[in-house]
Amino acid sequence: MSLSRRRSKWLARTPVDAAERQLTSAMIASLGAEGLPTVSAPFGHALVEIAHQRDDVVGLTADLGKYTDLHVFAEAFPERFYQMGMAEQVMFSAAAGLAKEGLTPFATTYAVFAARRAYDFIAMAIAEDNLDVKMVCALPGLTTGYGPSHQATEDLAIFRGLPNLTIVDPCDALEIHQATHAIAAHKGPVYMRLLRGQVPSILDQYDYQFELGKAQLLEDGAEVLFVSSGFMTMRTIEAMRLLRVDGIHCGVLHCPTIKPLDVATLVKHCAKPGRLVVTAENHSVIGGLGESVASALLQNGVTPAFRMIGLPDEFLDAGALPVLHDQYGISTDAVVRQVKHWLAH
Amino acid sequence: MSADLPALARHAWGIRHHAVRMGAVQKQGYVGQALGVADVLAVAYFHAMDMHADDPEWEGRDRFLLSIGHYAIALYAALIEKGVIPALELETYGTDDSRLPMSGMASYTPGMEITGGSLGQGLGIGVGMALGLKRKRSECFIYNLMSDGELGEGSTWEAAMSAAHHALDNLICLVDFNNQQADGCSRQVLSSEPVDQKFEAFGWYTQRVDGNDLNALVEAFDRARHHPEPVPRAIICDTTMCKGVPFLEAREIAHFVRVDEQEWALALDILQQGKPQ
Repeated sequence: MSLSRRRSKWLARTPVDAAERQLTSAMIASLGAEGLPTVSAPFGHALVEIAHQRDDVVGLTADLGKYTDLHVFAEAFPERFYQMGMAEQVMFSAAAGLAKEGLTPFATTYAVFAARRAYDFIAMAIAEDNLDVKMVCALPGLTTGYGPSHQATEDLAIFRGLPNLTIVDPCDALEIHQATHAIAAHKGPVYMRLLRGQVPSILDQYDYQFELGKAQLLEDGAEVLFVSSGFMTMRTIEAMRLLRVDGIHCGVLHCPTIKPLDVATLVKHCAKPGRLVVTAENHSVIGGLGESVASALLQNGVTPAFRMIGLPDEFLDAGALPVLHDQYGISTDAVVRQVKHWLAH
Repeated sequence: MSADLPALARHAWGIRHHAVRMGAVQKQGYVGQALGVADVLAVAYFHAMDMHADDPEWEGRDRFLLSIGHYAIALYAALIEKGVIPALELETYGTDDSRLPMSGMASYTPGMEITGGSLGQGLGIGVGMALGLKRKRSECFIYNLMSDGELGEGSTWEAAMSAAHHALDNLICLVDFNNQQADGCSRQVLSSEPVDQKFEAFGWYTQRVDGNDLNALVEAFDRARHHPEPVPRAIICDTTMCKGVPFLEAREIAHFVRVDEQEWALALDILQQGKPQ
């Protein structure tokens, strides 16, 4: 939305009653449905477990240790923690240098600062040399109400073009824990989107084990197949249940590894005839999961009815997350509304 | 450490000679930079650094980072002079399937530690390698060679601040100050002066020397390695582009040397006449 459009929106606005106003928030706990259990700092605790087993693991942050859950590691292993200050370019360069000396650095910042500010350093110092640097970055997509300066709505689009890089977009606390172990064991550079703080847990309802590079069918359904990544899998699971109440039978294929994409599994499930495939992602509809899946399917001769749920190609508003998620079509209710609309037309 | 200055002069000459021969192969290249920085490289590779020519990845080596990937021809010349790369290979410079591409990349060339070329990255990688060496309780040094134009990249100063904060006394930054960058004189494109005072203000032990004076370089490298304080070290080396080939030195546009075919032969002749005994 252009500035003038945004201004005219404010001018036309009726003030909201103070009691109804929601606070601007970056609380990840609010992503899950009410009643979902949460786990505190799953990434930080997983990294500590790994570091107890491996002396080569070190942590770096660019003045965001407390906000990327790396403080848990820093407290447990202060001598293996490097505070690099508010300097993302040198943090990723230094991570490359540490990796060259045989260490396995986990470097954290916000996704916007990695993708936008430090891209060239990640590309040349880390990815080109195929180094074992793990970049774990908070506030992916629309997970903060602070506006475009903090909303990494295009990080997947930016990073997908980078050779050698593995990209992971985990769903919940259970998966973050498992994925942290998996990326530590993986040789090569990884970019992982991070949900930090109190993170909801939903995949423990399934017999789920994260596998790097694998998409997994959580539930099958005859009419609609959701293909989702990140916290949108929480939303598609919830939407699936609501739609089933209305007699619409949906399934969920969770696809947490964005690159390399699990084309074989996608083709297998999306080729099943007669159902609508709906991708759902916490990212711009440009260059993320949806377009990756579309490309993979088309190149393999699979052409289902296909729709994409994702953030629009615009700089998003600031505000309260639940309001913004609904406004931009990625709340559970909005997912349900869109699917019903597409089935009816 | 006492230095054999005549031997260093011969090595510097050898580096210049290899660089001009490679330039002649491609009929172009950053030969001016190579001629200018040859003395710095000679002192680094034949006086200061510990390394094994037959095992460029020896764990105990001092690490040399070429942040300025486009200076690859200079480093190849030094690696040939050192015996890391066979001299015959210089004929392949910049050709298909060569280990010596026009811009320096780690995955291509033995002795090339990093992929430089996107400027402003070497010093930051050096910070990480220096931290890594300290973790390993290694006493090796990291040498990062950068250019004066690179001082315009803000990431250089992030790295400078970081190196001082982390007390990286195993990191030595060499700045080749030849006052030339793509669009003209560095001081006119974007002045970084007073460079030495800037590094000092960032907490570095800083020296500024004539980068074409072997004796001055030897003393500066020695002081840098033996400085007692736990701070990173910078040596600003004022060099002359195309040093050693006067008709090229005199040219205005020296950032990227294109010379006529017969001039390559002339440059080699002039070098030959000045060959140290």
